[in-house]
Amino acid sequence: MAFDYDKYLRPGKLPHIWCPGCGHGIVMKGLIRAMDTLNLKKEETAVVSGIGCASRLPGYIDCCTLHTAHGRAAAFATGVKMAKPEMNVILVGGDGDGTAIGGNHFIHACRRNINMTYIIMNNYIYGMTGGQFSPCTPTGAKASTTPYGNPDPGFDIAKLAIGAGATFVARGTAFHANQIDKLIAEAIQHKGFSVVEILDDCPTTYGRRNKYKSVIEMMNRLKEVAVPVKAAEKMTAEQLQGKVLTGVLYKDETKPEYTAEYAKVIERATAAK
Amino acid sequence: MEKKLPKIEIIEKYCKGCHICVEFCPKDVLEMKGFYASVKNLEACIKCMQCELRCPDFAIKVITE
Repeated sequence: MAFDYDKYLRPGKLPHIWCPGCGHGIVMKGLIRAMDTLNLKKEETAVVSGIGCASRLPGYIDCCTLHTAHGRAAAFATGVKMAKPEMNVILVGGDGDGTAIGGNHFIHACRRNINMTYIIMNNYIYGMTGGQFSPCTPTGAKASTTPYGNPDPGFDIAKLAIGAGATFVARGTAFHANQIDKLIAEAIQHKGFSVVEILDDCPTTYGRRNKYKSVIEMMNRLKEVAVPVKAAEKMTAEQLQGKVLTGVLYKDETKPEYTAEYAKVIERATAAK
Repeated sequence: MEKKLPKIEIIEKYCKGCHICVEFCPKDVLEMKGFYASVKNLEACIKCMQCELRCPDFAIKVITE
């Protein structure tokens, strides 16, 4: 039976603003399926975003939503979580919003291990503002501000999150659509800061400048580079050259969660009076 | 036994003509008719739901019983 997405969509908001072939719609569908699997109540779920193409997502989802300042999704979401620790807080955003402008907020949310889920749609570029290069743009790729090729090496969001202290890190792609909802559902269930990076395509500002003839070519590239973690264990370093691992990359359930630790601080402070 | 065919509903108001459903259908059921996707060969459909899953625009529904 066809899945009923309308249940979690604000009525009258479709068609959405994303370009033809943009993977953000696929990720939004994955998020809706994950919310449905976990049976999340609309009034107990907050979707928070910053600014950017991907950050338009909360506008379409029918639950508590917050569309905030550029890169500050993690800061606002921390506020929501601290005020109402029983809420399921989900952050959405792009690679520029999350790792450049909001890079500082992102690493500190990871460090605190606060129980939230951050879905980063990595399309390798700042799409909304005209295709400037982001920290995730691969070396040599062209963007509107690097017309002769990007000299910077890119960020590996998953490794950055693990290094900063996130306790659940997963990666999927917009091509592997049926994996997205499973990764997001597992991330929401995890007690601690979870990061799900979804490799995405931006046909309008990235594909056009980097000689991708069509959306299909970009999708096929995602299919080629993605290697599941289990399959990668049997592969040599040479075979893994240029590939990207997908699936659950890191999980640690021993690190204390921030809101629980903070409740102890409140307890100590009240007892001291 | 007669094979039960699904109903493939394409919402033209939402379709942005990105070709994803047409290209990734394993059985070549869909085609582009002008700007929008449309059903070419419903008989071949195996209800794998790949088109519905991948459509970024919420424009395809594969209705099975």
